[in-house]
Amino acid sequence: MSTLTDPPKDSFRLSMLINDTRYRSLTFQALAFLAMALSFWYLGNNLVANLRAAGLNINFGFLGDTAGYDISQKLVEYSNQDSHSSAAFVGLLNTLLVAFLACITATVFGVVAGVLRLSKNWLVSKLMAFYVEIFRNIPVLIWIIIIFTIMTAFMPAPRAFRGDNATATMVFDAFAFTNRGIYTPLPWFSRGIFESQTLNWVLVLLVACGSWFAARRVNVWATAKQEETGERPNTLSMLLGIWLVPFVILMLIMGLSWEYPALKGFNFQGGIKVGGPLIALWFALSIYTGAFIAENVRAGIQAVSKGQTEAAAALGLRPSKVMNLVVLPQALRIIIPPLISQYLNITKNSSLAIVVGYADITATLGGITLNQTGRAIECVLLLMAFYLTASLLISLVMNVYNASVKLKER
Amino acid sequence: MSELAIEREIDRTKMSVSDEVAIQITGMNKWYGQFHVLRDINLTVNRGERIVIAGPSGSGKSTMIRCLNALEEHQEGQIIVDGTELTSDLKNIDKIRSEVGMCFQHFNLFPHLTILENCTLAPIWVRKTAKKEAEELAMHFLEKVKIPEQAHKYPGMLSGGQQQRVAIARSLCMKPRIMLFDEPTSALDPEMIKEVLDTMIELAEEGMTMLCVTHEMGFARQVANRVIFMADGQIVEQNEPEEFFNNPQSERTQQFLSQILGH
Ligand SMILES: Nc1ncnc2c1ncn2[C@@H]1O[C@H](COP(=O)(O)OP(=O)(O)OP(=O)(O)O)[C@@H](O)[C@H]1O
Ligand SMILES: [Mg+2]
Repeated sequence: MSTLTDPPKDSFRLSMLINDTRYRSLTFQALAFLAMALSFWYLGNNLVANLRAAGLNINFGFLGDTAGYDISQKLVEYSNQDSHSSAAFVGLLNTLLVAFLACITATVFGVVAGVLRLSKNWLVSKLMAFYVEIFRNIPVLIWIIIIFTIMTAFMPAPRAFRGDNATATMVFDAFAFTNRGIYTPLPWFSRGIFESQTLNWVLVLLVACGSWFAARRVNVWATAKQEETGERPNTLSMLLGIWLVPFVILMLIMGLSWEYPALKGFNFQGGIKVGGPLIALWFALSIYTGAFIAENVRAGIQAVSKGQTEAAAALGLRPSKVMNLVVLPQALRIIIPPLISQYLNITKNSSLAIVVGYADITATLGGITLNQTGRAIECVLLLMAFYLTASLLISLVMNVYNASVKLKER
Repeated sequence: MSELAIEREIDRTKMSVSDEVAIQITGMNKWYGQFHVLRDINLTVNRGERIVIAGPSGSGKSTMIRCLNALEEHQEGQIIVDGTELTSDLKNIDKIRSEVGMCFQHFNLFPHLTILENCTLAPIWVRKTAKKEAEELAMHFLEKVKIPEQAHKYPGMLSGGQQQRVAIARSLCMKPRIMLFDEPTSALDPEMIKEVLDTMIELAEEGMTMLCVTHEMGFARQVANRVIFMADGQIVEQNEPEEFFNNPQSERTQQFLSQILGH
């Protein structure tokens, strides 16, 4: 049956590998793959041969040895008697901490500055332009140093808080802004359901997840109601209740208490210490990357043609609705891919932590550990593997999000 | 710019003009910075009138009709649309926009929404219509512009003529009493121009008040009951189509007509 409709089959000739569009790209891909495999094989062989000639061998055993150095900013228990791998883990968490915080604040700064730069208010838009141009045109390393210097030079030392004629006072008796960092109260549970504070916090997190699911249900319900009657019910009080009531009840049951920082000896004790290096790094990464994000946001919004806004306005939609229903869904598609790059930049730029002595993974594993053990190749390989994995994970998550907002058809 | 023949018989039974005033413009002036775009515009449009606005490029045709739904602000004079005066008061602007539909040269459909969603967006969010009702309404108008089968496609998958008809349906879903068209066919191929004009003729046959900037003189001759000629921001001449084409008064009009009709 099919013989009639089948195209005539020409016999395969070798020249078709180059000239025929059906095979051409396959041919080139195969060649490129071959070339790459060969060069990797060559480089790998070369490395192994040279290491052997120099009498070096790759061995990760040093990670089990005692690290012997202290880390002041840490998210998990650690002492200088712990191993190098524990120190690396503390560094890894510190890198993730500062990258995570900076991604959030940079996005907030960027979106606010990007939107305000398009403001009709001359002063506001010029101020935002000034912010963008100042911050993105000076290297982030310099910003880190500037902010750190300002903090250490102009903030009062802890001892200034002491005595009858203290020159500095705590804000609300709870927050202390010093040249070593900011001290804030630490929340803890006096009648916790579990022995361990960590488990209690996990419980809080679970309750928050529950509230989140309930809030989503309310939104789904509101949308259904709107589809049915046209009027979208006002869910604000309901959402507030869903978020606040379980939280407040849980806090009352578990006896939420605050541990206030207090001056003991030469320094503040208790509470949470957000060290100066973390603040400087976090803030510098945020304002620097925020300036780039602002430009991405502006470009995304401007790329949505004026005709779209006009058509929506002509239909009677108010400006906020025009923004939410017409402009943003189209702008996000343009904003998100460069946003991924900015998040990757933050993660990698956080390795500049070393200049202010923030113990990130580059400073611990790639700094002190490397110098103490002399295991340069192993340390650098581990660092590369970490940054590569972190970056690929961020890309993956953001690409999934991007796929969910991109235009279906064009 | 050729004179496009409209073959079909036009039903004029409902195309009567009432005495009720739909739009009244008195002494309107508008400037873009130093540039005086619209000079002392006076125009009264009655309900059911079909007005074609013609004139050379840059004469202010678009600007004038865009002032009617506050896409542009006028600086002097008074515009009353459907009994509501256009001021900077948001309530008035909302009211007028919900009664005036507009179609643009480049359609301006929302590319991230399906045809159906394009049509239901404003009824749902402005008129607070239930979704099902809004969809039924949208399907009704999509059938009217003869593309119900495209409802679940995206604008990018449609031809220009189809897109413009969707844009018309999208405006109609807000049940406007007045429709503004700004060169609705000038981005289209001749084949598609016809389908869009047919849709517009049907609207006229139902008694819609229409203001239409267009170079389709065939449409003007057969559908309009008044042709307005603008030049340099002024209304130079206005007349019934027959008179306007056969017996133009001013020199500017004669010059324009000889260019556009290619004689
Ligand atoms: N936003 C603006 N700022 C400054 N000048 C403008 C603006 N929009 C339009 N103009 C000017 O106002 C004049 C009238 O423009 P308008 O778009 O109303 O002309 P038109 O008659 O619709 O022309 P066309 O047939 O080319 O569409 C033109 O000279 C144009 O350059
Ligand atoms: Mg125009």
